[in-house]
Amino acid sequence: MTTTKKYWKGLAQLHDDPIVEKLAQNEFVEELPVEKFLGDKENLSSTNSSRRDFLKFLGFSTAAATLAACETPIVKSIPYLVKPDEIIPGVANYYASTIYDGRDYASVLVKTREGRPIKIENNGTCSNSRVQASVLSLYDSARLKHPLKQNQEASWRTVDSEIVEKLSNIKEGKIALLTSTILSPTTTQLIKEFSDKYKNVEHLMIDSTPYDGILDANLDSYGVRLAPSYSFDKADVIVSFGADFLANWMANEYATDYVNGRNPKNGKMSKHYQLETNLSLSGANADKRIQIKPSEHGYLISSLYDALKGKKFDSRLSPIVKSLQSANGKSIIISNSNDKNVQLIVNAINNKLNNYNNTISINEPTHLKQGNTQKLNDLLVDMQAGDVKALITYNVNPSYSYANSSQFNEALKKVDLKISTSLHNDETASLMDYVCPDSHNLESWGDASPKHGTYSLMQPTISPLFKTRQFQESLLVWTDRSDYLTYLKNFWTNNGIDWNVSLHDGYFNISEPKLSLKNFIDKSSPINLVSSNEIELELYESIALGDGYQANNPWLQELPDPLTRACWDNYLTISSHTAEQLGLLNWNVSNGALNGSLVDITSDDVVLRNVPVMINPGQARSTVGMAIGYGRTKAGKAGDNVGFNAYPFTNKKTITIEKVEGEYEFASIQLHHTMMGRDIVKETTLADYIKDPSSGNHRETYATYKGKLTADKVSLYDEHDLEHGHFWNLSIDLTACIGCGECVISCQAENNIPVVGKAEVRNSRDMHWMRIDRYFSSDMTEELSAEQKISMIDMFSEMEEPSENPEVVFQPVMCMHCNHAPCENVCPVAATTHSNEGLNQMTYNRCVGTRYCANNCPYKVRRFNWFQYSDNDKFDFNMNDDYGKMVLNPDVVVRSRGVIEKCSMCIQKIQELKLNAKKSGKPIEDKDAQTVCASSCSTNAIVFGDSNNKESLVSKLRTDERAYDLLDHLNVRPSVFYQTKIRNKA
Amino acid sequence: MHKESEIRDPLILGNKTYHDITRDIARPVEGKANKYWWILFGLSVFLFLWGVGCMAYTIGTGIGAWGLNKTVNWAWDITNFVWWIGIGHAGTLISAVLLLFRQKWRMAINRSAEAMTIFGVVQAGLFPLIHMGRPWLAYWVFPFPNEYGPLWQNFNSPLLWDVFAISTYLTVSTVFWYIGLIPDFAMIRDRMSKTISPMKKKLYTLLAFGWSGRAKHWQRFEEVSLVLAGLATPLVFSVHSIVSMDFATSIIPGWHTTIFPPYFVLGALFSGFAMVETLLIIMRKVVNLEAYITIKHIEYMNVIILFTGSLVGTAYITELFMAWYSGVAFEQYAFINRATGPYWWAYMAMMSCNVIIPQLYWIKKVRTSFIATFILSIFVNIGMWFERFVIIVTSLHRDFLPSSWTMFSPTFIDIGIFLGTIGFFFTLFLMYARTFPVVAQAELKTILKSSGSEYKNKSHE
Repeated sequence: MTTTKKYWKGLAQLHDDPIVEKLAQNEFVEELPVEKFLGDKENLSSTNSSRRDFLKFLGFSTAAATLAACETPIVKSIPYLVKPDEIIPGVANYYASTIYDGRDYASVLVKTREGRPIKIENNGTCSNSRVQASVLSLYDSARLKHPLKQNQEASWRTVDSEIVEKLSNIKEGKIALLTSTILSPTTTQLIKEFSDKYKNVEHLMIDSTPYDGILDANLDSYGVRLAPSYSFDKADVIVSFGADFLANWMANEYATDYVNGRNPKNGKMSKHYQLETNLSLSGANADKRIQIKPSEHGYLISSLYDALKGKKFDSRLSPIVKSLQSANGKSIIISNSNDKNVQLIVNAINNKLNNYNNTISINEPTHLKQGNTQKLNDLLVDMQAGDVKALITYNVNPSYSYANSSQFNEALKKVDLKISTSLHNDETASLMDYVCPDSHNLESWGDASPKHGTYSLMQPTISPLFKTRQFQESLLVWTDRSDYLTYLKNFWTNNGIDWNVSLHDGYFNISEPKLSLKNFIDKSSPINLVSSNEIELELYESIALGDGYQANNPWLQELPDPLTRACWDNYLTISSHTAEQLGLLNWNVSNGALNGSLVDITSDDVVLRNVPVMINPGQARSTVGMAIGYGRTKAGKAGDNVGFNAYPFTNKKTITIEKVEGEYEFASIQLHHTMMGRDIVKETTLADYIKDPSSGNHRETYATYKGKLTADKVSLYDEHDLEHGHFWNLSIDLTACIGCGECVISCQAENNIPVVGKAEVRNSRDMHWMRIDRYFSSDMTEELSAEQKISMIDMFSEMEEPSENPEVVFQPVMCMHCNHAPCENVCPVAATTHSNEGLNQMTYNRCVGTRYCANNCPYKVRRFNWFQYSDNDKFDFNMNDDYGKMVLNPDVVVRSRGVIEKCSMCIQKIQELKLNAKKSGKPIEDKDAQTVCASSCSTNAIVFGDSNNKESLVSKLRTDERAYDLLDHLNVRPSVFYQTKIRNKA
Repeated sequence: MHKESEIRDPLILGNKTYHDITRDIARPVEGKANKYWWILFGLSVFLFLWGVGCMAYTIGTGIGAWGLNKTVNWAWDITNFVWWIGIGHAGTLISAVLLLFRQKWRMAINRSAEAMTIFGVVQAGLFPLIHMGRPWLAYWVFPFPNEYGPLWQNFNSPLLWDVFAISTYLTVSTVFWYIGLIPDFAMIRDRMSKTISPMKKKLYTLLAFGWSGRAKHWQRFEEVSLVLAGLATPLVFSVHSIVSMDFATSIIPGWHTTIFPPYFVLGALFSGFAMVETLLIIMRKVVNLEAYITIKHIEYMNVIILFTGSLVGTAYITELFMAWYSGVAFEQYAFINRATGPYWWAYMAMMSCNVIIPQLYWIKKVRTSFIATFILSIFVNIGMWFERFVIIVTSLHRDFLPSSWTMFSPTFIDIGIFLGTIGFFFTLFLMYARTFPVVAQAELKTILKSSGSEYKNKSHE
């Protein structure tokens, strides 16, 4: 039997007093005087307790609300329902792919983390900063997110059905397909199939910087319209007339070959002459640079041909002629002229020097430039006449980049059906009826043949971020099919290619027979000197932006030009002599920032107002240069209205310059241009190097009681143990470094380096962890001042002025990881410390930001977070953008404001390497140890590795006669060291 | 044979009696402030609040609000820091070193000089705090038990030495000052009416620390003063030596100099005395202390300024000589650039204000003129500010690699914060002048008799 025990709370309950029930029903024994309290207005206003109560309630609710608001924000992350096999969180996947956006081509490895591409690595070919930066362009929030119809959002279904219907209805008149140079064999085939379906289709290719001169000259010389491929490694003498082949000329693949041909270890370096107007990257690397005016260009080439034929020639060419005489079949002559007649002479010279089939291969041409400007000009006439019924553009932006864009825009109005496939609603796309946005490279399948017999494949590394569709798929849809991947796969499988292997490698070669061409025909005719007193203009593609396609990429906008060191701008480059004549000035304002005069430039009907002038040593007198690629108006928030659009001057030779009132504010990260007689870049000549490999690498000695010793022998410090374990070192070869800046972007991508914008760069607060210092030579030297008895004060002030045609050196500088680091001593909170692997480490969360370390750094490589650079509307770049932030490397922390940061020698990569080695139980292999600056360097100037591994390349370089420590007299024992610069000059 | 030595000029003028002194010193505390005080106070508070706004803006947005950059990571912040610390030095010297040397003339000025020291150090202490990128973590520079590892400070860093040097200095100076104030607070306490101002009475009672004027109290007072003077004397030399080591232990040409510790100490005394003069010349007028702060005091201080100024000048020239003599190109350039580079005007300002202008004190007329002294003291204050600016900015802006060379230009915020500290300093000083006995009257009364003139005058009557 169970009993339920009953507990009572009081006697009243035990006795079942009714009051208990009554109380249970009525919680408030006495009625709350609510009515009385609130009803009596008079009492309410006079009572004391109402105010106090109010304050109590206010206090309580404020406190409660504050506490509630303190809750940590919840960031939702969605786990995989079914985890893809290939994705392990925290482990990167690499995919071989191809970057080609109609301008820059590279075979690459794409690093993805958790399904997001975050970094581009080279896949055995040269690339450049734009290729490196293209991963950020993928996450550009200015990209089109859906198709457009009359600038309104539309669905693919609507757009496709209307386009197909309209295209099918075109009976008379032609359909023009205006594209960039097409490298893809399948795309070429698709275009052909498209033409078959719609008849009367005309396919035109244009390049934003035209190469018609070379292509047409070869048509005359060899009967085919193509551009040859060059082997700069095989050339003993390179003569470039204005062609910036180390940067943007033709293809971006020559730098590796060029540097391979200039390895002093072989006892031989090619001799490089550059005759040019603007100071280009190639000119900066040349052994001898001759300043010429654009109007002399053709004449000098003609004169060179005369010289080789034994006739009278221009005296400026005599060293070149002398060099060429002993380089039969081992030279390369190139010119950036777009004039067929000039290129015909270049062909004739190369032919005479027996370069074809030796250093220049016309039988295995490059496919990178195939554009034909004449065809576009003809198309415009047809468009104006109303003969063009439909226009489809792909990878081109003629409303911006065509010399006479207003004419193009006018003619465009007469076309009935206008379709763009641009990724952006850019200058041209915004004028179109339909925009069928293409997917980004990294979201697309594809193939490319950059060169005869060489192929590479493109594979997507992320599914399209937006409702975009790659152009090839669009072509398929418009020809009533679909599935480009199957099309592509079938195409190559049918050609006998092992799809899986090739896709894995990213590239494959097909041994195709060389082209059989007609024999060379010399159609050249001499060109005479036309002297002109006017100021001549030569346009160039900037190293960072190229033709301006990626203008909305803030990394590229902030990449300083290797020569002027300015970013976020283009400007008129001018020599100091001409500037003086015209009364134009550059000056530094009180915080050091550079300002310049403004001018209006006019050529016939083309006028640009308020263009700033940048005095650039090396610029030929009475000439000016200007970069194209700037002045975009519909690129996006980073690219719009940055600089001036120089494309309208494409065909202009001379301009008039008129100084106007006002001044312009440049953002230049280097305000001082000479080495001031200091031993910063040690250099020597090839001849001296052969005699004595350590020439030019003299170390200062100090008198001690033990005799004369170098700084590292007289240290007061305790030594770190660097013998055991790893000792990470970085060698930088100043002979091999061409200064292109690719490593800077690569570093920025890997290490989540913020973009700070023009105003902050102008405040000398750029954040790049590595920079490429550029120094010009000066006419004043210590020897000269001793000889002429010039006082020290005058000597130093004259040393500040670069020569008018200076020698140029580039020096990449990042944290030197000193083993006696001045920064480590001075930090009060020990936020920067030394690792036992020779690295100087920065602990961000310990840093309180006294900046003492940055002051005491002799290399000034430490960067301070002056502001919060992420999630801050004042720095509205990729780190303040939900899409842009997807590029961030999850292995590297995004720094908060108030802390110092600097190069970590890619510590995250070293750590990964060590962990992998530990897991596999094998020692680290030299080739696997890479920082991103080293792996992205196209010329292998930067070599990283473990110096304690005696097999490693870097340990051999460490003991090389050329190796030197920057500022070695300070005895800071850097882990980064340099190899002397060697020039092939007398 | 009777030989009477020549009677020294009296240190207190105007035939004051003990009571006169009491009245004169208590007057500002007991009475109402005049118009000038309110004007000056209003202006100071305005500047102070302005500075607070600028500091808040800096802490809210980042150090980027200042004109600093990747090359010049310190400029006005540390210039102001060293300047204020330097100003503090005269106080300790006057109260400690001159006490040990039994220099009685110090008695009229030591209280205010010490106040100036403390208020100066308060200003100085602000800068290391707000110049940090993350000032909310400033406590990390103190060794405290923690669970971050535990993480210890880096005792190699001169900045850490600074932390200890300045906190010690502030503590010792404050204690020394307060001990000296006790008898004077007691005097005010005793004069204060319990019925008219009970709060004030209570406050001064508390501050007087139970002082009853017994002989035992006096004895202890004398002993503590002497001990503290002994403790404070090395601080006069150590604090600025350590501050100078922020620069001297670095590797930057123009900073890396062994002459810095004595050179900085001398500079600090030089600027400290100048600031004392600036303040006292105003104060003697504003609170009617003409009888106590006399031309004699000013002349003594001018002699010290002339002496330290000349030594500072010697240091400047020694630096130039060493740069040339070392044969190190970087060192040579650093000094050529200082004198002839883009900041030549700052160097010239420093040279003329610190070395050339104080030479006028060789002239007796200048040295014994209030107006000339006031003008010259302002020059010295400016010159010493420029000295620190020259050392910090011109060394940094062009160091080893010309690629990183740049310049510095202050922003609105930089200037605002500096003016703000001046405002804060004067706010404190003016408040002090109204609430504290501004002259050490208890001590002063000890020299009233020894001047002897009163008796002499009486006997002649």
